[in-house]
Amino acid sequence: MRRSSDDRKFRLGTGVFAALVLLIVIGIAVELTRQSTLSIAKFGLKFWTTSTWNPVSGDFGALPFIWGTLYSSILALVIATPIALGIAIFISELSPGKLRQPLAYLTDLLAAIPSIVYGLWGVFVLVPYVRKLEVGTPDWLRKIPLFNGPPLGVGMLSAALILAVMVIPFTSSVAREILKNVPSAQREAAYALGATRWEAIKVAIGFGKSGIIGAVMLGFGRALGETIAVTMVIGNSPQVSASLFKPQYTMAAVIANEFTEAADELYLHALIEIGLLLFIITVGVNMISRLLIWSMKRRVVVPITAPIVPAEEALA
Amino acid sequence: MKWKSLVVFLVVALAACQPNESKTQTAAPASGGSLTINGAGATFPYPIYSKWFDEYQKTHPNIRINYQSIGSGGGIKQLTEQTVFFGASDGPMTDAQLQGAHGAILHFPTVLGGVVPVYNIEGVTAPLRFSGSLLAGIYLGKVTKWNDPAIAQLNPGVKLPANDIAVVHRSDGSGTTYIFCDFLSKVSSDFKQKVGVATSVSWPAGVGAKGNEGVSGLVRQTPGAIGYVELIYALQNKITFGDVQNSAGKFVTASLESVTAAAAGVTMPDDFRVSITNADGADAYPIASFTWMLLYQHPTDKARSAAMVDFLKWALSDGQKFAPGLGYAPLPQPVVAKEIQALAKIQ
Repeated sequence: MRRSSDDRKFRLGTGVFAALVLLIVIGIAVELTRQSTLSIAKFGLKFWTTSTWNPVSGDFGALPFIWGTLYSSILALVIATPIALGIAIFISELSPGKLRQPLAYLTDLLAAIPSIVYGLWGVFVLVPYVRKLEVGTPDWLRKIPLFNGPPLGVGMLSAALILAVMVIPFTSSVAREILKNVPSAQREAAYALGATRWEAIKVAIGFGKSGIIGAVMLGFGRALGETIAVTMVIGNSPQVSASLFKPQYTMAAVIANEFTEAADELYLHALIEIGLLLFIITVGVNMISRLLIWSMKRRVVVPITAPIVPAEEALA
Repeated sequence: MKWKSLVVFLVVALAACQPNESKTQTAAPASGGSLTINGAGATFPYPIYSKWFDEYQKTHPNIRINYQSIGSGGGIKQLTEQTVFFGASDGPMTDAQLQGAHGAILHFPTVLGGVVPVYNIEGVTAPLRFSGSLLAGIYLGKVTKWNDPAIAQLNPGVKLPANDIAVVHRSDGSGTTYIFCDFLSKVSSDFKQKVGVATSVSWPAGVGAKGNEGVSGLVRQTPGAIGYVELIYALQNKITFGDVQNSAGKFVTASLESVTAAAAGVTMPDDFRVSITNADGADAYPIASFTWMLLYQHPTDKARSAAMVDFLKWALSDGQKFAPGLGYAPLPQPVVAKEIQALAKIQ
C-alpha cells in the first residue's frame, strides 16, 4: 500500500518536471512570437527571403543570417564528423586499455572550454593561418566562386573550422558511449564468422548507427547555436555567398552584436524574430534527425537486435 | 519522514534567502539611512562613471550609485520603462524616443570622447592624413587601394603601396559607430544617403569586428586594413592613428585638448542634444562627441532625485579632474555652467 503511494508521488513529481520542459519550450515559442509581432506584421514571409538588413531605414530581412548559420554549421559538420567518429572508434575499439581513460577524459575536457576562449584562439592563432592560406591560394583557384573574395583571414572558412573544433568533443563523446554500449556478443559473433578487426568494428558501427546519427545531430545543434566564437571570426558581413573566404554572418551572432543597442521597436522585434527563426530551424533539424533515426531503427536495427537482447532478460 | 525533512530543508533555504532580499528591499525607500540609485546605459563612459561613483561615495557614504553598462540602447529602453532611475547614452535620444517616455527627460553631457582612424600599412610609420570625404569614400567601398590619388594627394611624400584597403568596422551596435557615421554623413551626402547615422548601420564594404579590441586586433593583424576606434582605446594601447581634416581645413591630431576644443566650438542648445562632429574652430578635432546622462525632469522619488542632482553638480565640477587621467576629455567651462543652471529644472 505504502509502496504504491510512494510510486504515485514519485511518478507525479517526475511528471511535473517533464511537463516543465514542455512548458518552457512552448513558453519560448510564444514569447518569441509575441515580442516580434511588429516585424512579423510588417515583413511577413519576406523576412525569410530578403537580404537587406538596414537599421537606419528600418528594412530587415534574415536571409544572409539564415544562410550563414546553415552554411557554417554544415561545413563544420562535414569537417568534424569524420574526425569525431575516428576519435570515438579509436577510444572505444582500438586504443590500448591504459590510454582509453585519459583520451576520453581529454576529449570531454575540450567540451568544457568556454567559447570565448575558442574565439580568442580563433582570432589570434587560427585566423592568421587561414589568411596565409588565402594569400597563398593561386589565382586560377580564386576564380572559382568557392574561393573568391579578399584574403582577410576572417570569414566563412575560419568560422567553419572553429565550429568544427568545438563540435568534435560533443559528437565523439556521445558516439564513444554508444560504441561502448554495443553488446560484445555483436563483435564476438562477427569474429566467430571469421571477420577481421575492421569488419567487426563495422558491425559495431552498424549496430549503433541510429545513436551515431544522433551524436552527429547533437553536434549540428551545437554548431547552429554557437555565438561568440563565431562572431569573432566570421567577419560579420551579411551576404549570401558560397565563398569560403568571404566574411558572412550568422543568426546568433547578429543577435549578440546588435541586441544591446537596438532601441527602436521595429529593430528589436526584427532581432527577436531572428531568434524565433533560429528556434524554428533548430526544432526542424531535431525533427529531421528523429525521423532519420526512427526510419533507420525500423529498417536495420530490429532484425539484428532481436536474437541478442533477450540473452540477459531470459535469465531474469 | 523524507517529506518532512524536505519541508524543513525548504524552510531553512527560504529563511537563508530572506536577509539578502530584505537588504536590497529596505535600501530602496529613503528611510534616512542609505540610498541606492540604479542606472544603466552606455559602455563608453563606464570607467569614468564608476570612478565618479566611487569617489562620490567616499564623501557621501550613505549614497550608493549602481551602474550597469549594458549599452546606450538598453539604457534608453530601461529609463523609458522606468526600471532604472537614470540612463546614459552616447547618442542623444531621438524625438520619437523622448515622446515614448513617461514624462520629460533631460540630457546632461558628462564628458567627451573622440573616434580615430587606425590602419596598418606595411612600411608606413608616419601618421597619415585623412579628410572626411576620403574616409567616407573608403567606407563606401569607392576608394579601394592605398595608392589611390585621393590618399596620395593628402599625404605627399608618403610612399603608399598598391595594396587593397581592407575595411574594418564595428559589428556590435555602438556609440562609436554612431559618432563616426555622424561625422561622415555631415561631410558626404553620398554617405548620408547610402548609410546614414545609427549605432548599427548597413555597411556597403568591409568586415565587422566586435568591440574596440576586435577592430584594433583585426587591423593590427591584417596588412592594408583600416578601422576606427575610440580615442581612449587608441591612447591606452598606444596605437598610432591618423589626423583628420576639420571644418576649418586643418588636419588635427586627436587629443583630449582637440576634443574639448570641438565642444567649445558649438552653440549649445537648451536641451543639450547636440552633435559636435565637424565642429567649427581651427583646433577642433572633427570626430568627437559628448556622452550624456539622462534624467527625468519630474521624478516621483524626490530623495533620489536630490541625491542625483547633487552628484551631477559634483561630477560636472570637481569630478571633471578625474577625466583626463582616464582618457576622457573634460567639458569646456561654459558647458558646465549651463548644465549647473539646467539642473535646477529637476524637481
